[in-house]
Amino acid sequence: MATQQTQGLARMLLAPSVILLFIWMIVPLALTIYFSTLHYSLLDPGSESFVGLENFQYFLTDPAFLASLKNTLVLVGAVLAITILLGVPFALLLDQPVIGRNIVRLMVIAPFFVMPTVSALVWKNLLMHPVSGLFAWIASLFGLPAIDWFTDAPMLAVILIVAWQWLPFATLILLTALQSQDGEQKEAAEMDGAGAVSTFIYLTLPHLARPITVVILIETIFLLTVFAEIFVTTGGGPGLQTTNIAFLIYSQALIQFDVGNASAGGLVAVVIANIVAFFLVRIVGRNLEA
Amino acid sequence: MARMVTTRQVVVSTAAAWLFGFMIFFPILWMILTSFKSELDAFATPPVFLVFHWTTENYATVQERSDYFHHALNSVIIAGGSTLIAMLIAVPAAWSMAFSPTKRTKDILLWMLSTKMMPPVGVLVPIYLIFKYFGLLDSRVGLIMLLCLGNLPIVIWMLFTYFKEIPKDILEAARMDGATIGRELVYVLTPMAVPGLASTLLLNFILAWNEAFWTLNLTTLEAAPLTTFIASYSSPEGLFWAKLSAASTLAIAPILILGWFSQRQLVRGLTFGAVK
Repeated sequence: MATQQTQGLARMLLAPSVILLFIWMIVPLALTIYFSTLHYSLLDPGSESFVGLENFQYFLTDPAFLASLKNTLVLVGAVLAITILLGVPFALLLDQPVIGRNIVRLMVIAPFFVMPTVSALVWKNLLMHPVSGLFAWIASLFGLPAIDWFTDAPMLAVILIVAWQWLPFATLILLTALQSQDGEQKEAAEMDGAGAVSTFIYLTLPHLARPITVVILIETIFLLTVFAEIFVTTGGGPGLQTTNIAFLIYSQALIQFDVGNASAGGLVAVVIANIVAFFLVRIVGRNLEA
Repeated sequence: MARMVTTRQVVVSTAAAWLFGFMIFFPILWMILTSFKSELDAFATPPVFLVFHWTTENYATVQERSDYFHHALNSVIIAGGSTLIAMLIAVPAAWSMAFSPTKRTKDILLWMLSTKMMPPVGVLVPIYLIFKYFGLLDSRVGLIMLLCLGNLPIVIWMLFTYFKEIPKDILEAARMDGATIGRELVYVLTPMAVPGLASTLLLNFILAWNEAFWTLNLTTLEAAPLTTFIASYSSPEGLFWAKLSAASTLAIAPILILGWFSQRQLVRGLTFGAVK
């Protein structure tokens, strides 16, 4: 039935989205590349001049770049580690016969729907506040001094907030994968005298390999661009301690008004994201065929 | 042949699961509780958990202070508008790729997804300047366009995943029975596509509602949705905890409820069916 006519129709239906996405991809990118070669400061209008790769040199050798690259990697790595290492046991737990499982499920998934600005503010003020936050009170119950999170351990604080938002995602994906696991295989293993530990290592873990990769790759894409949590809690500080690449470029563009330098940074961010995207697209592409 | 489960096992795993669920949910619960306290109770040490003077005055103050409904309306218009336009563009595209695939379909899909990998911060500057040039800063139209384009790849992917699962045999059977294309569309395909359409709609509304990068950077007051409204409470003069909690509760309540309704589709949607 796939005649010339339906083929033509199909192309017509596809065209608008392809054209729009192409413009959306190419126009800002081309402009970013153009700006990145200019000396262009919003504080100094009319003085734009071509400077070649100077902005890149400036951006890449700026100590703030290395610091923010490190912070970006620490943030992504730590949140991934927390969400996977806790997500697996939590998913296993929720896969057990639990009374009221649906309610537990709703409680666990809830943080995923909380907008980042809200979760940042609630954690910063209600929980982590060094004087009247709940954590300070809990510490005092044990006779411990309260931690001034955003002064003494700002990065850890940001990591905790972001991990809290993403743990539900990991848990839910892994739980869904567990529930599709073949029960008979597990029974057979039990009949053959396999213990819980070896069943987990030889059956469950391999079964979770694919969902874990999916979780890692999808989270990575979102975590590379964490912005609101930092914007609302620490503003990148103290010093550069919680400045990630996204926040560094933001501060260069809209706080220091240095468009040229920010554009160079933007392109660096695009390159980093594309290295990650390369792997994601390959894996998702493979799943597409299955 | 269910596995043998002892009562003790059920009790232990139930207790552990509820404890875990409660811990994860606690910050939200605490926020909701705080929103009903007086400012004095909100700061109390030791904290008061349930025994305090419950009040709804914070909610009234929040509305008075910064017009919650203005921002909520912006959120609804921006998230709703961008979702609807994205659906209008995406449904035909996903439809044609699922039902009339060509050799290039897979490449097109992957390319579409790859546009999502572009970090917003990489193109913040040109978008900001383009918006400034066209007078789109702090306008709902500008944000609707931006969020629509940002979510379009995901919308197309999700719809494609759902459409592809509609069995082709049923179409053929309908054709054999002499159904015209129009009838086929209305009576056979649409009913089967509705669940996928609905969950895509919901999920993209949620994504757009919570989107914070563009809304924080491109709006100030006129078009500011709830993300920006809440961020205004991070300034020192905004530090009234009970009011902050009331504002936060108001900002997340609609989307939390929507999210709970669509949680089952969430997994499939967000992983493009890679995990079932």
